[in-house]
Amino acid sequence: MFDRIFEKDVSITGVGQSEVGRPVAKSAMRLTLDACLEAIADAGLTRADIDGVACWPGDNNNGDAFSPVGPNALIGTLGLKVNWYGGGYEGPGPLAGVINGAMAIAAGLCRHVLVFRTITEASRRRTDKAASALTNKTVGRDSSFFWQWYTPFNVLSAINLMALYAQRHFHEYGTTPEQLAQIALTCRANAALNPKAIYRTPLTLDDYMASRMISTPLRMLDCDVHCDGSTAIILSRADAARTGPNRPVRIEAIGAALHQPWSWDQIDLTATAARDVGEMMWSRTDFKPADVGSAHLYDGFSILTMIWLEALGLCPRGESGPFVEGGRRIARDGELPINTNGGQLSGGRTHGLGYVHEACTQLWGRAGERQIAPHQVSVVAAGGGPLGGSLLLVRE
Amino acid sequence: MSRKLPALTADNAAFWQGGAQGRLQIHRCTPCARFFHPPAPICPHCGSFEVAPAPVSGKARVLSYTINHQAWRPDLAEPYVVAIVELVEQAGLRFVTNIVGLSPEAVHVGLPVKVHFEQHQDVWLPLFEKDA
Repeated sequence: MFDRIFEKDVSITGVGQSEVGRPVAKSAMRLTLDACLEAIADAGLTRADIDGVACWPGDNNNGDAFSPVGPNALIGTLGLKVNWYGGGYEGPGPLAGVINGAMAIAAGLCRHVLVFRTITEASRRRTDKAASALTNKTVGRDSSFFWQWYTPFNVLSAINLMALYAQRHFHEYGTTPEQLAQIALTCRANAALNPKAIYRTPLTLDDYMASRMISTPLRMLDCDVHCDGSTAIILSRADAARTGPNRPVRIEAIGAALHQPWSWDQIDLTATAARDVGEMMWSRTDFKPADVGSAHLYDGFSILTMIWLEALGLCPRGESGPFVEGGRRIARDGELPINTNGGQLSGGRTHGLGYVHEACTQLWGRAGERQIAPHQVSVVAAGGGPLGGSLLLVRE
Repeated sequence: MSRKLPALTADNAAFWQGGAQGRLQIHRCTPCARFFHPPAPICPHCGSFEVAPAPVSGKARVLSYTINHQAWRPDLAEPYVVAIVELVEQAGLRFVTNIVGLSPEAVHVGLPVKVHFEQHQDVWLPLFEKDA
């Protein structure tokens, strides 16, 4: 379809992450600096080597805890001299910063791009429980092209929309609460071995079933956990990647497609944008789903992980329920380990880049107690509804 | 129950105010005769600007639903039902709404429903109730 697959010229060469907590007493900028400086050092670079910065969604100039630090603030604070930088909400979901940064490198604008994502929702919610309500996205009447179709009906949280996907999945495919529970249980089991995870105490199926219903069929334990934290990765041009201390993790293929309306209710409710993303990603590589050694799939809400499993062809469409049933296949020693750091459900809602950090950590064999069997290929996907992006990562 | 109301525009006013005449108004393309939602100045199917709101029956079926149990605001009376309904006029023609007037536990996918307008200031919210 295309004669040049640009992302293969780009590798991840370093990762970093701040303290992750609920909350953390440090400022958003300090968290960001901790993550970014760790990533730069991990790649064997210095600040002077960084010539590009990318972030999703970036700073909306409103102090929103969803993204309190963007490229504008970081560049001056860290004394960077960049040839290109970019942020902004409108893009293929939480991995948009990685995809944009890779494009900047492939376009010849940069050699080393710093990609980061900072979030301070735990601190914010200490003082304002309604901080993330959809009704707070606009002042006064809802003038948003998108949210106006939901907020008048008291859709005040994204969970109501995700619950509509889950209920439809249950209806079409016979998916059960016990099957869905396996996403939360698997993440918790993995988090127990991750010292940075927020929730590490053991969780049983009974605990899950007893968890408070928020929006049927989704329970409290189907929702990710707000945290404060920052994650950063370094993208490097292929030739510049080989001189660093880590074996380059090549971006083998990206998925960023949207062949449906950007809408939470006008898209296919059980495939969402994820289907378009998965089809695009596999069209750009000779690797196959069977080659994937670990999958790090967005679990802002558990149902989204199920949707990604199907959309990425890791199991047949409609069969994520039977696939995860009992949890064996997706466990750390199963045929397809998922969310090995505890995901966002138990690890903390680092929101997107946390999955990339964990995928690289596993590919490099640095995951300590939670390290899974050595593997070369990992897939990362993030987003829900109309938001979606994916990365197929290959360690060289 | 208080609600956040939409800001009215030339494109969306017919949808949000059709209830003043007791009619659900959905945008329709004149050349290709297809309905579309959300309303916009152009037909997403054929690209024609010859579009206008047209009254529909207000009959629909529940495509998916959720019973919300969380009181996101102190004044919110929960549980309440959020649903996506598909209008009988055209496959795929749908939007988010609330199902009212029956026990939340009685709602199910496929339930036949009909529009029931609830006025808030200059907006008539198209809610849905069971179609007897």
